[in-house]
Parts: sequence; C-alpha cells; structure tokens
Amino acid sequence: MSTLTEAPPPLAPAEPEGKPPRKRGRFTPYWLLLPGMLWLVVFFALPMIYQASTSVQTGSLEDGYNVTWHFATYWDALAEYWPQFLRSVFYAAAATVLCLLLGYPLAYLIAFRAGRWRNLIMILVIAPFFTSFLIRTLAWKTILADNGPVVHALNSLHILDLTDFLGWTAGDRVLATPLAVVCGLTYNFLPFMILPLYTSLERIDGRLHEAAGDLYAKPWTTFRKVTFPLSMPGVVSGTLLTFIPAAGDYVNSELLGSTDTRMIGNVIQTQFLRILDYPTAAALSFILMAAILAMVTIYIRRSGTEDLV
Amino acid sequence: MKTTPDNSGDVRLSGISKTYDNGFTAVQPLDLTVPEGSFFALLGASGCGKTTTLRMIAGLEDPSSGTVCLGDQDVTHLPPYKRPVNTVFQSYALFPHLDIFENVAFGLRRRGLKSVKKQVEEMLDLVQLGEQARKKPHQLSGGQQQRVAVARALINHPRVLLLDEPLGALDLKLRRQMQLELKRIQTEVGITFVHVTHDQEEAMTMADTVAVMNAGRVEQLGSPSALYENPNTTFVANFLGTSNLIEAEVDTKNGDDLVLRAGGGKLVLPQARCSGPTTAGAKVLVGVRPEKIALTHADDAGTVPEGRNRVTGKIADASFIGVSTQYVIDTPVCDEFEVYVQNVERDGRLVPGADVVLHWSPAHTFGLDAAQDIGAGTEEEAAA
Repeated sequence: MSTLTEAPPPLAPAEPEGKPPRKRGRFTPYWLLLPGMLWLVVFFALPMIYQASTSVQTGSLEDGYNVTWHFATYWDALAEYWPQFLRSVFYAAAATVLCLLLGYPLAYLIAFRAGRWRNLIMILVIAPFFTSFLIRTLAWKTILADNGPVVHALNSLHILDLTDFLGWTAGDRVLATPLAVVCGLTYNFLPFMILPLYTSLERIDGRLHEAAGDLYAKPWTTFRKVTFPLSMPGVVSGTLLTFIPAAGDYVNSELLGSTDTRMIGNVIQTQFLRILDYPTAAALSFILMAAILAMVTIYIRRSGTEDLV
Repeated sequence: MKTTPDNSGDVRLSGISKTYDNGFTAVQPLDLTVPEGSFFALLGASGCGKTTTLRMIAGLEDPSSGTVCLGDQDVTHLPPYKRPVNTVFQSYALFPHLDIFENVAFGLRRRGLKSVKKQVEEMLDLVQLGEQARKKPHQLSGGQQQRVAVARALINHPRVLLLDEPLGALDLKLRRQMQLELKRIQTEVGITFVHVTHDQEEAMTMADTVAVMNAGRVEQLGSPSALYENPNTTFVANFLGTSNLIEAEVDTKNGDDLVLRAGGGKLVLPQARCSGPTTAGAKVLVGVRPEKIALTHADDAGTVPEGRNRVTGKIADASFIGVSTQYVIDTPVCDEFEVYVQNVERDGRLVPGADVVLHWSPAHTFGLDAAQDIGAGTEEEAAA
C-alpha cells in the first residue's frame, strides 16, 4: 500500500469493479404484480381519470361535453348539496356507532365465550350474504311497515314519542324516516364490523385476561385496560369498513327513506342516471372521496393503532 | 387486602381436587401445606396436575372440592383479583400494548395507588431492568421479559408468589442464571414462592421443599436431598435422577438392618430406609443411586471392604463424559446396572467385557414396596 500513497484519490467514490452477478428471478415480483396492476389500471385508474375530466367539463347532453377546466362545478355542487353531504356523514356515523355497540359484544362472545358454538354463530353472521343486498333491504320495508309488529311495539312502549321528539321518526311511522335509513345501514354493514372485531379479539391471548385478573383488575377493568386497547386494530378497521361504504350508500335511503332522508349517494345517482348532469355527478363523487379520505386519515392518526403490535 | 401482620401465612390446601367437565381428574384430593417464606416446588411431568394445583391457589381454576387457605383466610371462593397472590405465567403474559413501566405498575394502579413511580423504579432495579422502562415487551429478550413478569408480580408484595414454569422458554444457560436470580430475589424479599416445574434439577437447585406429583397425587414431599437420597416410591426414585432397582426378598433382620436375598446374593438395607414391607419373605425393591457405587475389577475382589453390599457383573458399556465415566453393567440381579465413576484414578482394566464387582455402603441403599411398577417415572423423565 505504501507505494500507492502518491496516487491521486479516485474521482468517482468507490465505483464497483463489475456489475453484481445477475440474480435469477430478479423480475419475479414484477411479474406477480402485473395482473393486479393491470386490473387496477383498467378498472380503477382509467375510470378515475375519465371521471376527473368529466367533472371539469361543460356543455349539454345535446351539444356534447367539452373539457373547459370549469372548476366552479365543484363549488356549485357543494353549495347546493351540502345538506346531503352532512346528512350522509351523520347517518354513516350513527350507523357505525350502532354497529360497534351491537357488534362488539357479539364479536366478544364469539371470540371468548362461544366454545363449540363459535362456528355456528360465525355462519349466522355471514348467512345474510347468501341473499341479495336489495332483497334484504326490501325485507326491512316489511319489518318496519306502518301496521307491522315493530311499529306497534314501539308505539305501545311510547318509544316512538321519544324518537318523534328527537326528529328521528315522524308521526307514528318508522318507514321513510331517518331512523329507518340508519337501521338499514346498520343492518347491512354489521357483518363488516363484526368480522374484523372478531379477528382482532380472537388474537388476544386469553392468558392476558388471567394475568390482569391476577393483578387485581376486576372483569370490567380488565376489559377497559387490556381487552379493548388490544382490540383497537379491529375497532379501527371495523369502523372504516362500515363508515366508508355507509357514507356513499344510496340503496337504504332509496328504499327505506323519503325525500327528506336523501344522502349524497342518492344525489349522485340521480345526477348520473336521471338528470344526466355528468359533470356535477362526477364532481360530487370526488368531493365525497376527498372528504372520506380526509376523515379517515385524521381518524387513523388519532387512534394511534400503528403502535399496536 | 389485609395488611395486618399475620404469623401464620402458610398456604394450606385441604382435600383440594379438580375434575374437569369432561370427566378428567387433574388433581386427586390433596392436602398440602406450604410454610410461610419457603421456596416450595411442585415437580412432575406434564399432565400430573401441578399447574392445575397452582391455578387453584391463584383462583384461576375453581376446585371441585376442598379449600384453599392463606393463613387464616379462606380464599377458596374469592376471584383472582381479590386474592393476595400473584402469578408469573409460563408465557409471561405481559401486556403487549403497555410498556415495561406500565406492565410493572399495573397491579399497583388497579389497587388505586397514584404515585407508583418510585416503587416501580425500585422494582425494575431489583430485576436489573431500570434502563428498559419505556420499551415494549416485544423489544426485550426472553430472559428480560421473564424478569419483567417477576417484577410485575412481586411489586404487589403478594403473600404468595406463584411461578408456573417460569423458566421453560429460556435456553439452558439463561435458565441456570435465572434460577440463581430467582433464588436471590426470594431470599431478599422473603415471600413464599410456589414454583411449578418439570425440571427436577431446577426444583432441587431452588426449592427448600419439593413435592413430587404424579397422576394428580403428591408422591412424596421433602427436602431435595431427602427426596433424592431416600425416595419412597419407584416414581420418585426414577423421576428424580436415576436409580438402580433390584427385586429382592426380605430374609432376616439383623439389628436395625434387613438382610435381603437377591439373585443368590445377600444385600443389607437399614430398616429405617425401607418404605416397603419389612417382614420376612416380603418382596421389596432395593435401590441405589449410580454415583454411590464403586467398581472393582474381579481380580481385586479381595480388596473390597467387608460390610459393603456387593454384586458381581460384566461391563456391557462404558461412556466417558468428562467428569465421570458412566458404565452399564450386566448383573444377575439387574440387566442394566448403571454406575457413575468419577474420573479420578481410572482403572484401565474397566472396559466393556471386563468382570467386575459392584459395591456400595448399605447406608446408601433404600427399599421400596415391590408392589408397584418398577419402571414408573422413567418415561416421564425422558420426555421432560
């Protein structure tokens, strides 16, 4: 080495002497990605671009639409339909909370207490998927019918007086009220809450409950301090899987609600299919998407589930 | 939580048993007293009921019969969170969402203590984990997690600390280290430890008193040396170390000793060391530990001192393992007589095929009732 001390320092830092030997299967990950990526491009990216361009077009059905970068469509749509936006968020949030309240005890039961009934209850949770979404929602029309047993029971228990007072129902009716729409949403998205909750509860080591009890935690304290924090990943994914589709849903409002319960999904559907105002419909879709994305981001940040193992 | 000083802090189990819904009886009715401040080990193979017994003391399992008393307090029907008892679980069961500090503080907080910082820090120092307080359990090694589990239980100053195979998941070297560590902590805090293990060496190293359990029963209870030197059943003889068992018949009594006939020869056994029948003609099993036996080549048979039990045989196998050489010897009284000889002065003639005389002091002989399975406990030890 001593003879090399006078040699000038190399210009390029540490240039490798030769190319590293080419590994076999270097491209395998990309080949495996290809089908999914193709699918995503054709059925997600392209339609998104198409919708984005539609949302900034002007024109009429007769003369055809042209891209004029008319962003005012967004403001007009928001100005006109913000009540439906708010209502959608509110209904979806109510349904999500109801799903959590109904789903958590059931998921807990299946995960920890069901024993040999576990599989049967799981099948019962999934069983509704064997019939069509529409049929099931229509069935709620019968369940909540004005002369049906549910309305009678609620009436005789004077619960309807209370919900009337709160504005959830109107005049001895449940059908065609906010309550009916929220009930429908809750029913339809309940399994999407239960399944992730169950998955995360089931992963909790039962010995942690024993350890908590051994360390002087009463059963309820054990739930608050151990079980619930550890089930947070399930709570977060369950609420997302419920809230996101519920916020964009229009079937429940269409079938169980009235013109006073129109959600943003109904507006978009009408704009697209009846009024044929494609730019407004597309703009509304993008606003909804952006709003949900923003809310979800804040929610995930806040819940701090990244920290959970 | 009673804080009044109580002299009788013994754990007393009376007639306690556990039969599961499926009809399996894990623990037969059992009486056991663990003296206050002692290090007590429940030793047995898996499925012998030792863990179930521990869980009944902790309150994690309801006994089918009997009572659990801590001192003068009957805790049989108290839920775990009301018992002044803490457990170190086999898998540690640390709370994964809490850091080490909060794991250790858990019990104090549940009892409504507000300022826990000082106590937790002291406890973490005791188990040498002061630096790790803000780490999550999964960031620690197995040995560190184990120490957190001990700290989390000990900080509550339980009347009894229950340890359920706490060292099972550690590698051999760490296990040895933790055995000493646990023993040190126990001496330091003076709390009663009840330790469940399947590792006979671990039980003997750490415990003052060992209860050997088999099939839901306590086979024998005593100090490690008493159990080892004078086992009362074939299970204990075989499970705790290795024993050579010889089928024999009581011939006569000679003072305090029994003279036995075995394979044409005579053996002497102090009557006090025989847990089997001692009447003439009774069948007994004569036992002796492999390291108590001396080997002499047949040519030097005359040099064997008088008054020692002797058996002749032929070396079938010899394996050199460093500190000692383990011989298997074919004798008329026992096919595979095991003898461990310290490698101090090795006799070059003691090779497979050599005729030898095995001899040992009658004081190292023990007698067992022959009406039991001579092989009991050998399988379990191999499995454990």
